[in-house]
Amino acid sequence: MSEVPLIADLSARESAPLSGAALSGARIGVVTFPGTLDDRDAARAVRLAGATAVRLWHADTSLGDVDAVVLPGGFSYGDYLRAGAIARFAPLMGKIVDAANSDAKLPVLGICNGFQILTESHLLPGSMIKNDHLKFICRDQTLRVENNATAWTSEYEVGQEITIVLKNQDGQYVADKKTLDELEGEGRVVFRYVGWNPNGSRRNIAGITNAAGNVVGLMPHPEHAVEPGFGPLDPDSSDYSTDGLGFFTSVLTTLVAGGTK
Amino acid sequence: MPRIVVDVMPKPEILDPQGKAIVGALPRLGFTAFSGVRQGKRFELTVDGPVTDDVLEQARTAAATMLSNPVIEDVVNVEVLADESTETVEAN
Repeated sequence: MSEVPLIADLSARESAPLSGAALSGARIGVVTFPGTLDDRDAARAVRLAGATAVRLWHADTSLGDVDAVVLPGGFSYGDYLRAGAIARFAPLMGKIVDAANSDAKLPVLGICNGFQILTESHLLPGSMIKNDHLKFICRDQTLRVENNATAWTSEYEVGQEITIVLKNQDGQYVADKKTLDELEGEGRVVFRYVGWNPNGSRRNIAGITNAAGNVVGLMPHPEHAVEPGFGPLDPDSSDYSTDGLGFFTSVLTTLVAGGTK
Repeated sequence: MPRIVVDVMPKPEILDPQGKAIVGALPRLGFTAFSGVRQGKRFELTVDGPVTDDVLEQARTAAATMLSNPVIEDVVNVEVLADESTETVEAN
């Protein structure tokens, strides 16, 4: 992948969680499906966190030597059939499911359409249906971090509120009561919407994790809130929010520490 | 060529926002007889050749694993439409 010059000077921002040189060897795969939109933003976020972004194609039959995988947002295969449904059957997804479930517990982050792909793949329970108000929605969204013991959230505090971008059509998280109670009981609700539930998700759920904590899916987009000057405004500082960068630095910390749990 | 029809509906307990939008709009056009609408999907699988038991089984498996998501949807019907005929074979 050719290097995209970084426009913003992150080092000038005191609060930016810059990662150390020890983390720079990590290789994070970013999967592109036909219809994926946010793969370049995700790769950029990976690089801003200090790792190497590795481009992966949906028809690839090998994951190569990546240390973690991001399934970015978009409309894979046009979201025909159901959001994320056809992407689940892509050759590379079989490899990702196996690696995520293996003893190695490959960290996998699904953002928006990536979250939908993770539920269709049964790596995460439940499903996503159309927003309750039936409209596509795009807004700056505040979330509360409920679980910082996952591979992708260790840099956050429990109870911390972060502001990142939300943009989706099928963002209403649904599952039966038993599944929802299990998720709550096991602390697997990772993010909840704060202030307003933008799509009618059950119990204000914005993101969840699997039992091992290596697979995380959420509807809002952390990769769009990683550098000053771009993305959502931070309600606390009237500056631009870089709250999303913590996802990508968290996984590097996890990898250096030798995996999840 | 024969076709196999697969009908998929949202589960009864799942809120169907599209159906709700439609039922809200019907009275505005003067259709006042309907108190509920559920919107589902119909798939037509074309078969080059006879519909054998194996073909029908493949259709049922495809319906359960790919054409529907069992978390939110039910496969409510899998049936063979014979070509040039209205005769249907119950396949459930």
